[in-house]
Amino acid sequence: MSKLLELDHVTKLYPVGGLFSRQSIKAVNDVSFSLDADKPEIFAIVGESGSGKSTMAKMMLGNEVPNSGRLVFDGTDISTIRNRSQREAFMARVQPVFQNPFEAFNPLTRVDAYLFGTAHRFAGANNQAEKERVCDEALQRVGLSMAEIKGRFSHELSGGQLQRVAVARALIPSPKLIVADEPVSMVDASLRMSIVNLFRSLRDELKVSIIYITHDLATAYYISDRVIIMQKGVVIESGDARAVLDNPTHPYSIALKNAVLPPDPRAASAAIRLRSAAAAG
Amino acid sequence: MFKVLRDLLRYNREFLFGSLLIAIILAVVVASYFAPYDEMMTYAVIPDMPPGSEYWLGTNSRGQDMFWQLAASMRNTLIFGIVVALISRVIAIAVGLISGYVGGKTDQAIMAFNDTLGALPNIPILLLLVFVLRDQMTWPVLALTAALLGWTHDSRLIRSVALSLRTREFTRHAAFSGMRTTQILLREHLPYVMPIVFFTTMNNLIWAIGLEVTLSILGFSDINRPTIGGMIYWANAHSAMVAGIWWWIAVPMVAVVMLFIGLFLLAMSVNEYIDPRSRLARMGA
Amino acid sequence: MTEVLDFKPAVTQAQDVLTIRDLKAYYVNDMFGVRREVRAVDGISLTVRRNEVYGIAGESSSGKTSLIKTLAGAIRPPMRVVDGSVNFSFGDTHIDVYAEPEKMKAARWQNLSYIMQGSMSVLNPVRRIKHAFNDFAFRHMGLDRRAFRQRVESHLQKLGLDPNVLEAFPHQLSGGMRQRVTIALATVCEPEFIIADEPTTALDVLVQQDVLGLLKEVQARLGSSVVFVTHDMSVHAAITDRLAIMYAGRLAEEGPTQAMFDNPQHPYTAHLIASLPRIGDVSTRKSLAGKPPSLANPPSGCRFHPRCPIAIDRCSKEVPEMLPSAIGGRVACFRAGEVAVK
Ligand SMILES: Nc1ncnc2c1ncn2[C@@H]1O[C@H](COP(=O)(O)OP(=O)(O)OP(=O)(O)O)[C@@H](O)[C@H]1O
Ligand SMILES: Nc1ncnc2c1ncn2[C@@H]1O[C@H](COP(=O)(O)OP(=O)(O)OP(=O)(O)O)[C@@H](O)[C@H]1O
Ligand code: SF4
Ligand SMILES: [Mg+2]
Ligand SMILES: [Mg+2]
Repeated sequence: MSKLLELDHVTKLYPVGGLFSRQSIKAVNDVSFSLDADKPEIFAIVGESGSGKSTMAKMMLGNEVPNSGRLVFDGTDISTIRNRSQREAFMARVQPVFQNPFEAFNPLTRVDAYLFGTAHRFAGANNQAEKERVCDEALQRVGLSMAEIKGRFSHELSGGQLQRVAVARALIPSPKLIVADEPVSMVDASLRMSIVNLFRSLRDELKVSIIYITHDLATAYYISDRVIIMQKGVVIESGDARAVLDNPTHPYSIALKNAVLPPDPRAASAAIRLRSAAAAG
Repeated sequence: MFKVLRDLLRYNREFLFGSLLIAIILAVVVASYFAPYDEMMTYAVIPDMPPGSEYWLGTNSRGQDMFWQLAASMRNTLIFGIVVALISRVIAIAVGLISGYVGGKTDQAIMAFNDTLGALPNIPILLLLVFVLRDQMTWPVLALTAALLGWTHDSRLIRSVALSLRTREFTRHAAFSGMRTTQILLREHLPYVMPIVFFTTMNNLIWAIGLEVTLSILGFSDINRPTIGGMIYWANAHSAMVAGIWWWIAVPMVAVVMLFIGLFLLAMSVNEYIDPRSRLARMGA
Repeated sequence: MTEVLDFKPAVTQAQDVLTIRDLKAYYVNDMFGVRREVRAVDGISLTVRRNEVYGIAGESSSGKTSLIKTLAGAIRPPMRVVDGSVNFSFGDTHIDVYAEPEKMKAARWQNLSYIMQGSMSVLNPVRRIKHAFNDFAFRHMGLDRRAFRQRVESHLQKLGLDPNVLEAFPHQLSGGMRQRVTIALATVCEPEFIIADEPTTALDVLVQQDVLGLLKEVQARLGSSVVFVTHDMSVHAAITDRLAIMYAGRLAEEGPTQAMFDNPQHPYTAHLIASLPRIGDVSTRKSLAGKPPSLANPPSGCRFHPRCPIAIDRCSKEVPEMLPSAIGGRVACFRAGEVAVK
């Protein structure tokens, strides 16, 4: 059985402190898992802030090299990808959606430049009409259209619109794997469901696997097939998403699950008060 | 663009004053093309005439009209400065952006070379070259040499900004959008280093002009070709101060000071305009 | 909390700190000879009282950020305030934001602080975090350097951040850490009026609770007012006292949070509340049918009518007014109260 993506005891260190200290923190500590090539799935990574989720995403995208361990995408070790043609072949099959849409778009570049660039390089669109057609198609999937986006700068769009543009852009090359780092944190519940439902249909119809990094346990529960829960760089729990989230066993996972705010004012404000009281006392 | 210029002129005093100074200098430079006689020619007019209605800036002991001398010198000196600044800008931007973007070991190697080159003393190197090359030392060669010596400090500044841009998410996003490295550097990163580039261009221009003036005053350049430094060289050679022909010294001095102040003011005000933060603010971000 | 309170006069009666009257703010773009007007805030009136957390909810691009920008006086071209007024009153100081911009400038950071959406925009990527604190907060606190540093550190700790982050550059922090740094920046001066735009969206649930707890605590201790914008209804449930729902640049409904969750009067509110996913429930959640409305060319009549499940003829022709609702708030709907949740 061939693997689409395999992480083999991956560890990433970052130096901390001043110029002269040799200390480092383990942003990602000995993580292993794999995705099957024949069985597209939505694989959720959840965990607290600073637990190394984005660092994992960077390594999967080849933007960071692990200090030890290997990441293998479809038979090639990602860290051995060096020259441009290899890198472009890799990018045509693995695409990212970044955490903060306000950061992911250069404020001085028009938003459509990212779309046209992708359409040109990875979808073979050569003339302007062709590019616009390809991009419009992708934008339609996320409930936008070329007419709304064309010529705009990132600050002229709302957070949710930007994030949808980012998702649409990642769809253009028809990748095998999408690494989505908190793709829905900026969008409202209704849109959130539509993006998440879109991921599901990508998996089912286009056979795309999705690494879905999120804080939102509710949507993780809702769409993912498998989940890992991370704390301080370590995977503390993993397995079938529903099973893990229904019955977490690690104390941290339990705390995380209990901390999901109930959608009811009385219960939710009580939860906040309880936690503040616990923190103070 | 026109609107921007108008606003700058209207609201920015530095810009207004700076452009006035530079405009005067440019007018003089343009005038040089309409000189009534060849700028190399000597004894074309009555020597040693003080400034007056006939000869605005007087004439020198070599029988040259100071106004036309100044015009030709200003042109030559400015061209020299601009050529040096342009060549060294291209090198500084390329080295700075690439070094910062690539990072890691390559970056360290480039910066080590950069710092070594930067630590070499400029004037002695140029003097050495002048002695070695002698007659082959034309002004383009001198400009090229100066340019090769004058980029190191600025490339380091540019690199420090490029290093921080490298880690920004939009850089990665651009790469995954199929933008090639050169495109990323030129389209995404260059605007962020533009303020530094402009500011250092001004510094570099002043440095290059200063270099030219120094070498010429010492007589280490083609002394027949009129330059600001060359004017002072000839004035000294004829003991102009002793002879009471003060305007021979004063004219190039005042001109060079005007040029420096004008450049400085322009750079300051344009810098404010070109800074990405204020630019974004104007765009309404 | 054992800390000694700063001396601030206790104000007990509900007093309006912020009054917005019929505010209209458009983005006006002249591009290639085509004039495009995005009516992001289109006739909104509301008041925020002292000592309350006022929530603003609504879907993406409904104009939430635009609304807060106008009320913080942080507008720049192409945005234009076309009509209406925004008034603050801090104690004896009354500020008409658009008539007296200098007064507003003075009030920034001292009386009022604004946590912007997309936290990176306030943090300079090439300077260490500590410089941001020095730049923004030091002048207003009247402490000496050491005491200031201590105050900042203890404040960061309350937000679950190691004081070492002060020495870090923004890119060395995770998204959530950066978000918390900006919250710390905005609250360290303990302002009377806090405006927060999506301050908790990049945070995990545990930290989110801490941050909400801290905001609530600062607010309650100082009796200050918070305008809290997020699309996350469970966050609204947790900390807001009153809630306003925006749709396409207008208010759809406003009222006491609890009552609105129990008994939403507007069909859009009802939809927002019903669409919240819950753990243990995998039934397909539908997003609202139809496209989000265009603010450049909004639908006629009630802007919600193309997507409203209970729309009637009248809805596409007449604009419903904001009228008092059955649950002690206001609502703009011809069939208010005809939807019950579940
Ligand atoms: N370039 C860097 N240099 C030093 N430390 C870093 C760097 N990037 C990340 N870190 C550290 O690594 C840890 C993990 O960061 P990461 O961004 O992966 O977290 P995360 O799980 O994505 O958090 P969040 O949910 O808040 O985005 C953090 O402690 C962070 O400070
Ligand atoms: N500078 C601008 N020029 C033109 N249109 C703009 C500009 N800024 C925002 N808009 C438009 O105004 C509308 C409202 O945007 P706003 O940022 O207020 O939405 P929001 O409710 O905060 O959404 P989100 O939850 O996604 O952040 C959007 O349609 C957006 O495209
Ligand atoms: S006014 Fe009509 S269209 Fe608008 S929300 Fe009420 S019922 Fe729906
Ligand atoms: Mg992250
Ligand atoms: Mg917003």
